[in-house]
Amino acid sequence: MLYAILCYDDEAAVSAWSEDEDAAVMQRLGVVQEKLERQKRLGPVARLVPTTAAVTLRKREDPIVLDGPFAETKEQLLGFYVVDCETMNDAIDVAKELAIANPGVGSYEIRSVKFFNGKGAPG
Amino acid sequence: MSDLGWVDTALIAARPQAVAALLRYFRDLDTAEESFQNAALRALRTWPQAGPPRDPAAWLIMVGRNAGIDQVRKTQRLTALDDERAVSDTGDAEAAAAERLDDSQYRDDILRLLFVCCHPELPATQQIALALRIVCGLSVGQIAKAFLVSESAMEQRITRAKARIAKAEVPFEAPGAAERAERAGAVASAIYLMFNEGYSAAAADAERRAPLSLEAIRLARLLLRLFPAEPELMGLAALLLLQHARIAARFDADGNAVLLENQDRSRWNGALIAEGLALIDKSMRHRRPGPYQVQAAIAALHVRSPSAAETDWAEIELLYRALERLQPSPVVTLNRAVAAWKVSGAEAALALIVPLEGPLAGYFYFHGMRGALLAALGRAGEARDAYMRAISLAGSAAEAAHIRSQLDSLSAPAKVG
Repeated sequence: MLYAILCYDDEAAVSAWSEDEDAAVMQRLGVVQEKLERQKRLGPVARLVPTTAAVTLRKREDPIVLDGPFAETKEQLLGFYVVDCETMNDAIDVAKELAIANPGVGSYEIRSVKFFNGKGAPG
Repeated sequence: MSDLGWVDTALIAARPQAVAALLRYFRDLDTAEESFQNAALRALRTWPQAGPPRDPAAWLIMVGRNAGIDQVRKTQRLTALDDERAVSDTGDAEAAAAERLDDSQYRDDILRLLFVCCHPELPATQQIALALRIVCGLSVGQIAKAFLVSESAMEQRITRAKARIAKAEVPFEAPGAAERAERAGAVASAIYLMFNEGYSAAAADAERRAPLSLEAIRLARLLLRLFPAEPELMGLAALLLLQHARIAARFDADGNAVLLENQDRSRWNGALIAEGLALIDKSMRHRRPGPYQVQAAIAALHVRSPSAAETDWAEIELLYRALERLQPSPVVTLNRAVAAWKVSGAEAALALIVPLEGPLAGYFYFHGMRGALLAALGRAGEARDAYMRAISLAGSAAEAAHIRSQLDSLSAPAKVG
């Protein structure tokens, strides 16, 4: 069963990381990813640029593009993992490992995947 | 990063908002800063055990406000309270009250704080130093190092800046729309200057000055969160990100500047480029061009080009024309001439820069460019004179060395370009 682990964090806090800190966090998260990769359980992993650089397309007859999402909440979606896990508990364990590698505020939302188009990354 | 690095990060991230709110309460920069320091010390004591509060900024504002009130009382010799009781714990009730504070009030607070530090009455170097100290929370020592001056000189500069701010009238009520835009504009140009202080450093100083560029990027992102639909602020952030993305490729192992066309593009920072390109594309959708957007668009064309040879110089030339209209300056025209050289040849470019001789007589890059154009046209004697003039104006050994290598290649058989 595939699970998506969605990473929510305060992007103001994340962008306050120094370059060294950022690199250290990515390195620790990389260790968790490598382990999952060796177990052939790791799907796509993505880190997103801040929401300040995002736009939102609102669906309607004539769709409009907005400068958003506006950060109304404290935490923003900053990235995601797709991981193959037997059970929800296994997925929670993966998220716990990620949380240990990247401690602090923020949260991981764990959702099982209903449909997955597993093509490789483009380009 | 230690296990408690998250406390430092949370304090840094919450600082602008917390200091800004405390400035509104106390209407005095020093009191606001000291109150924040007190709150931060308390956070360092309590957060590691209690875990992060739901809203670190709100927590720091509450605790800082209590600490500040206590300090004011003490100095007024009204009542002496013991520290731990006066700085009351922020239970959930207080935190909830703080969270109800209007977001728009936060926005005006932070903008006011930035504007106070970047007050137009202050000279640019004082604006930048004050913003780094108060908003970014860098120590005086760190700032002094970045500005390559002694700590006592920097201390003095910051003290003088604060004294001038204290005398300047800073309105504390919510600004009107026009005033808000004016303040944001003043802050944007101070952020741009801060970035350039770091970015234009020579290789030997680059590492020490790098914090200036990084803090400027952080402030540009902060400003953008306050005004998420302002195309010029998107342009500013994009410009800084796209410039900074190239930093690792700007100097060779010997510390010599590497021209854009010779840079190893694999050393450019892909993450910063992704964010910068998204921002410039987003800003252009607004169709309200401004100088930062145009400069960012030029940087984006360089970055998007798969190789130096494939650079779209014609489009870059058009963008510099647009920049000349928006923000006329001889330096912009000089940059346009670089693009014109690629598009229409050295003769046309030389014609463009001849009128700049007066205003740019003391400008290193003007004489370097003029020398290069004359050399390309086979006018070696005049080129040599121009290069010699450039060397006499060089601001660093690396700049002089670069021109000297151009001079050496002049002695080789002239190429007609």
